[in-house]
Amino acid sequence: MLSQDDRRLIAALHGGFPLTDRPFADMALQLGCGEDMLIDRLQRLLSHGDLTRFGPLFQIERAGGRFVLAAMAVPEERFNEVAEVLSGMPEVAHNYRRESAYGVAGEGSEPLNMWFVIAVARADEVADVVRRMEAATGLRVFEFPKEREFFVELRLPLLEDAHVSHG
Amino acid sequence: MSAMDDLDRRLIGATQAGLPLVPRPYEAIGASLGISGDLVRERLQSMLDRGLIRRIGAVPNHYRMGFTANGMSVWDVDDERVDALGEAVGRMPFVSHCYRRPRHLPVWRFNLFAMLHGRSRDEVEVQARQVADVLGQACRAHDILYSTAILKKTGLRISES
Repeated sequence: MLSQDDRRLIAALHGGFPLTDRPFADMALQLGCGEDMLIDRLQRLLSHGDLTRFGPLFQIERAGGRFVLAAMAVPEERFNEVAEVLSGMPEVAHNYRRESAYGVAGEGSEPLNMWFVIAVARADEVADVVRRMEAATGLRVFEFPKEREFFVELRLPLLEDAHVSHG
Repeated sequence: MSAMDDLDRRLIGATQAGLPLVPRPYEAIGASLGISGDLVRERLQSMLDRGLIRRIGAVPNHYRMGFTANGMSVWDVDDERVDALGEAVGRMPFVSHCYRRPRHLPVWRFNLFAMLHGRSRDEVEVQARQVADVLGQACRAHDILYSTAILKKTGLRISES
């Protein structure tokens, strides 16, 4: 598990990383450590997988790009084959196998068991990606574009002792 | 809505995997794109101002933070009330993403999606009950979809075509 120090560091670096010539040095000054030490700690958190990334978090939709959640009902015997088709498509960002806890989601039909995100730089590319996916797999792709966003980003309760802004 | 130009696109390509961990990261990015560090900073600031960048900082791995169970909870909520109730669900502290999405009847009846994060499935199911309480009579059915395998995870990146 992460040390309390690491958690504090992660909370302090949640956002607002400075756009200055030596941002790590400026940030280190605020945190009361050295530039080298800050860079080393970030390096370590990234290589251990405690951080998935350090840098800008893009909201691509503001610039015409699009992320679309989509799903397919994939027969068990074709699961790996279909997963491989999707893995080979650069427009597919995440892909998860998902299983229903209560079985309600699959009532009366094959359950949607493969859930992925289509990420494209231009919204009008989504239709083409879906078409290619359906042609390559012979399965229907169900699109779940967001119609309204209520909240994004986890408020990490483990950082309750640190101030976290969610700009 | 401001369009992305070519430099925005190149900057996204150069930074979406992360900033280089060197004393002068913006210089380093500029060097790889053949532009100055000043221009990189100026443009990143503009992308922040335009909302194209949500924030610059650390993206924690929820799993490593102890949130080993995550469930995509899905809810069939009265269309008249889903927007107001979605706001309330989105404010719950264990909900990370909350969206209204289309139904696909008869295959898919759920129109509200809320991602739940807990330290165990039991904890996620307690959270789901709390969401159910908030939704009350407006909710006709719900389910939780647990991820049981990661088939691909590249992070949300746009392909540079």
